[in-house]
Amino acid sequence: MTKVVDRKPLTFYERTYLPTLLEGLKVTARHFMRSVKGGNAALQLGDGYYPEVPWQVAEGYRGAPYLVRDQDGNTKCVSCQLCEFVCPPKAIRITPPGADGVPADRPNAEKMPREFEINMLRCIFCGLCQEVCPEEAIFLQKHYSLTGLTREEMIYDKERLLQLGGVHAGIQKWKHKLEEAREQDTFPVKTD
Amino acid sequence: MLDQLISDPTVRFVAFGTLKILVVFGVLMTFVAYAVLVERKLSALIQDRVGPNRTAPPLVLKIPVLGKLLQGWGIFQPMADGVKFFLKEDFTPDYVRKVYFWIAPAITVIPALLTIAVIPFGSRLGGEPMVIADLNVGILYTFGIVSLGVYGIVLAGWSSNSKYPFLGGIRSSAQMISYELAMGMSVVSVVLVTGDLNLGKIVEFQAAHGWLVFYQPLAFVIFLVSAFAETNRLPFDLPESESELVGGYHTEYSSMKFALFFMGEYANMIASAAMMVTLFFGGWSLPFVGAPAGTWLGGLLHIGIFLAKMIVLVLVFIWVRWMLPRFRYDQLMDLGWRRFIPLALANIVVTALVLAALKS
Ligand code: SF4
Ligand code: SF4
Repeated sequence: MTKVVDRKPLTFYERTYLPTLLEGLKVTARHFMRSVKGGNAALQLGDGYYPEVPWQVAEGYRGAPYLVRDQDGNTKCVSCQLCEFVCPPKAIRITPPGADGVPADRPNAEKMPREFEINMLRCIFCGLCQEVCPEEAIFLQKHYSLTGLTREEMIYDKERLLQLGGVHAGIQKWKHKLEEAREQDTFPVKTD
Repeated sequence: MLDQLISDPTVRFVAFGTLKILVVFGVLMTFVAYAVLVERKLSALIQDRVGPNRTAPPLVLKIPVLGKLLQGWGIFQPMADGVKFFLKEDFTPDYVRKVYFWIAPAITVIPALLTIAVIPFGSRLGGEPMVIADLNVGILYTFGIVSLGVYGIVLAGWSSNSKYPFLGGIRSSAQMISYELAMGMSVVSVVLVTGDLNLGKIVEFQAAHGWLVFYQPLAFVIFLVSAFAETNRLPFDLPESESELVGGYHTEYSSMKFALFFMGEYANMIASAAMMVTLFFGGWSLPFVGAPAGTWLGGLLHIGIFLAKMIVLVLVFIWVRWMLPRFRYDQLMDLGWRRFIPLALANIVVTALVLAALKS
């Protein structure tokens, strides 16, 4: 059903452009005064500016995607390659173990990736890998300042991803996915 | 011998002329550099940001309190910017028309600098009139020169040989045509009141009779808005419009050539602020304390008054940029041709009638 919104013709006063000017002046003056009194966000949240005082990211922030381990320190990823497939900019490259590769380091899993690389220069932090992963093995975490001196340095390998990712609460396959699906309307989406 | 030389009018003219040119140019360039800084700081404050607060030459931070303060205000930022502009690679794309591409930035800056020449920025200092060129047709000269600035932009747009600069160039020419007329006509009524085209005489008239902005408020509004359009400042920065044209006419420029456009924009802004002060706000005069100063102190004071007024107007220019969204192309044309030109014409007729009535 379409809803027709009435657009009232502008009054003469409005057409002189004066109300817009006054309104603009009011808004800018308000912000200006607030900033002059030291009211910018950086000073309110911390007591300094970015490089010295790291930025506090909000709940639900999508930073760099890292692999996580379970409570026993085992790799959660089972090398299903769904994330590799879904990743829009093709930032993930997984080398599966192959037929006679090393078995997974945890029970109830058939395999784990031999190599898992994310090219942080390509990654767009969309979060699709986290969303598609059936094992809760990859999460977008809160790191936002990724730097390197070469392009190669920005391709994070499995070791590095696991180390940066840390430990995640156990193997809870599907449980959180279900909760997340139910909680679609509420924000922020739970990540642990 | 020396006395003879000084009293020789030609020598005097050349010596003082050169001196004034150098000083004015230096002051103008400093103003341009710091106008950029003020613009960045002011915009940051309006948008709840911080603005440049990092640059400082090595030893300055050693000064106890002041050093930190100056760094926080970004006082050294313009120097860093200048050095950066010189060190950047000056890239000329392969597909541009080289000759025009090279002269366009110069054509944009020069008119802005030339307009300053006729503006009386003070009364007298030790018997010398404080204006570089005391032309009898000051206003006509200014309008003639200012309109040349658009050629730089159009040439830049055309010679860049790519679509965004081209659109910027086209817009700029259309905009210039629509606003030049309104601006010129708004000044006609000013000239009707003062009866003189010499800018110095206009200031003296205001020193004696009060500021023209009170006689001609409508002309002032039209002039102000047209000045925004002439200097390509928001809300009329259509030739540039970063959000739709990627920077418009200067998209293909880099390094010092880009810096010239940038300086041109700010120099233009300062020139039109100076022009407005001269035409509408009594130049170097304050109400009630008129007449040209005989003493050095008075002369300096007059220059100070002029600069103060000019700075206020430049701040208005800057503030408006962060206050208003850009006009649409057709709205701009509409405002120019269908509102301002008739209004300016009506203003001329009414002024003329009133003056005639007062005379008889
Ligand atoms: S966040 Fe998006 S872009 Fe980055 S690795 Fe995951 S799927 Fe690819
Ligand atoms: S991170 Fe998840 S989606 Fe990607 S391969 Fe491992 S188990 Fe599959």
